[in-house]
Amino acid sequence: MEQNIWRADFPQITEKDMIYLDSAASSLKPNSVIMAVTHYDHDLSANIHRGVYKEAYEATFLYEETREKVARFINAIPEEIVFTRGATAALNLVALSYGLKNIHPGDEIIVSELEHHSSLLPWQNVALKTGAKLVYVPLDSEGRITIANFESVLSDHTKVVALTYISNVLGYITPIAEIITLAHAKKAITVIDAAQAIEHMPVDVKTLKCDFLAFSGHKMLGPTGIGILYGKQEYLEIMEPIEVGGDMNDNVNKYDAEWKDSPYKFEAGTMPIASAIGLGTAIDYWQEHNIMAMEDHVRRLRKYTYTQIKKIPGITIYNPTSETGLIAFNIDGVHAHDASSYFAEHNVCLRAGHHCAQLVMKWLNIEACLRASLFFYNTFADCDRFIDATKNAVKFFHKMGF
Amino acid sequence: MENLENLYREVILEHYKNPRNKGLLPDPSYVTVHIKNPSCGDDITIQTKIKDNQIVDCRHEGKGCSICCSSASVLTETMIGKSTDKAKIIADNYLKMVANKIYDEKIDLEEAEVYIGVRQFPARVKCASIAWQAFMQALAKK
Ligand SMILES: Cc1ncc(COP(=O)(O)O)c(C=O)c1O
Repeated sequence: MEQNIWRADFPQITEKDMIYLDSAASSLKPNSVIMAVTHYDHDLSANIHRGVYKEAYEATFLYEETREKVARFINAIPEEIVFTRGATAALNLVALSYGLKNIHPGDEIIVSELEHHSSLLPWQNVALKTGAKLVYVPLDSEGRITIANFESVLSDHTKVVALTYISNVLGYITPIAEIITLAHAKKAITVIDAAQAIEHMPVDVKTLKCDFLAFSGHKMLGPTGIGILYGKQEYLEIMEPIEVGGDMNDNVNKYDAEWKDSPYKFEAGTMPIASAIGLGTAIDYWQEHNIMAMEDHVRRLRKYTYTQIKKIPGITIYNPTSETGLIAFNIDGVHAHDASSYFAEHNVCLRAGHHCAQLVMKWLNIEACLRASLFFYNTFADCDRFIDATKNAVKFFHKMGF
Repeated sequence: MENLENLYREVILEHYKNPRNKGLLPDPSYVTVHIKNPSCGDDITIQTKIKDNQIVDCRHEGKGCSICCSSASVLTETMIGKSTDKAKIIADNYLKMVANKIYDEKIDLEEAEVYIGVRQFPARVKCASIAWQAFMQALAKK
């Protein structure tokens, strides 16, 4: 029997027959995270930054402790860590606050066709509202963002570079450190969508020198409803909040008010406290385990699965050279939604559709595709079930006359 | 597995491969409604020509999975020649049936009856519904 030292921590797969290959959409949650969320709901349930009783104090402590854990995890300081609803809200905050105020007609914003809609649409909106120009890095023949192609669109007009660290469809890693250095040489700010990166590699914002970086809790073993915006202090300080309300202000007068310092001025109203605390425990999980060993395992699974799937006639794989755990594919002649029902009937959980990345689908010239995402708690046995299901699916749809 | 086979077997695949009344007409006497299912990229347009409270023609165009495209084709065959009142009742019943809601089983849904199999696949209810919802909108628009 193959050993997987992490798997037992995930009740979602150990307590039922489920081949979970959709971690790129949302990861499973370990018992420790479930318990941390339950501890808050069951034992504390109090609001933060307000009450002076014991439960309110502990809730505040755990919430702020998470901010410190996140900061340590990505090598930032707590003042640079803003809690948001997720990567989407984090990226929108940068675009709506920094972008709308500092981008002007004629400025250029660099994005790519690999972007998740959350990284693309906030800047498309800024471009439409400010008269700035959206500029796309041409993808290479595999669909990758390369340094040379980035340089071909970088110019003195570039004010923002908003790119994904890892593509959520093709799984390619962007050479982001080099791109950030080049962007800074042109005095452009860099906004990195790390939603798929944070759970696959160590991320160090001081080494990257990025200006902003966003990710979601639910893709890195944490709960839904919580995410992080990292921003350099010099930018967070000059940015206006996009939401105003309770808790984010210092002094309220009849006709004006003053905000707290960042990051608090961006956290208006009651935040998802339980989720934030759960995220802190998810980070403990990453700290207690060896992320490189986990990712090594993912790459072995991916290599094995890719090699087997490639051998099946009637399958098209769109990301043969991907270096992370994703396999994007279709059964020839079968719409991804028809195919995914077959996998679902066999308890193989895949994602089908455009994966919130319609520009990737358009670039591939397809309507939709299937995506299997492998993660550290998957086993070779999971891969075998998936491979068998794929073989049988091809036969099934052939027999049905597709 | 058997469920899936049953679902695809009958009318669905036949209509998927040989769609009836496909292709839109540049004719302003048709009411045209376009619906997208943003989560999966299904994209269907339904054209309906109504005269004296009769559906005299119904056409479809679009792309999507087998359930989505075939149900558009079945819709057009079912509706052509029906009165608008009858058409409304049939479409309403069909939409309730696929969504696993209470519906009137006495109403003859003709070929569209086979889509009852979709109830076993809640994630696919939307696929089976969008063409019929577009048709309902066309009736309302008229
Ligand atoms: C690359 C990428 N960016 C952004 C997001 C958005 O994350 P969320 O939906 O958690 O805000 C996702 C998640 O689907 C993603 O994969």
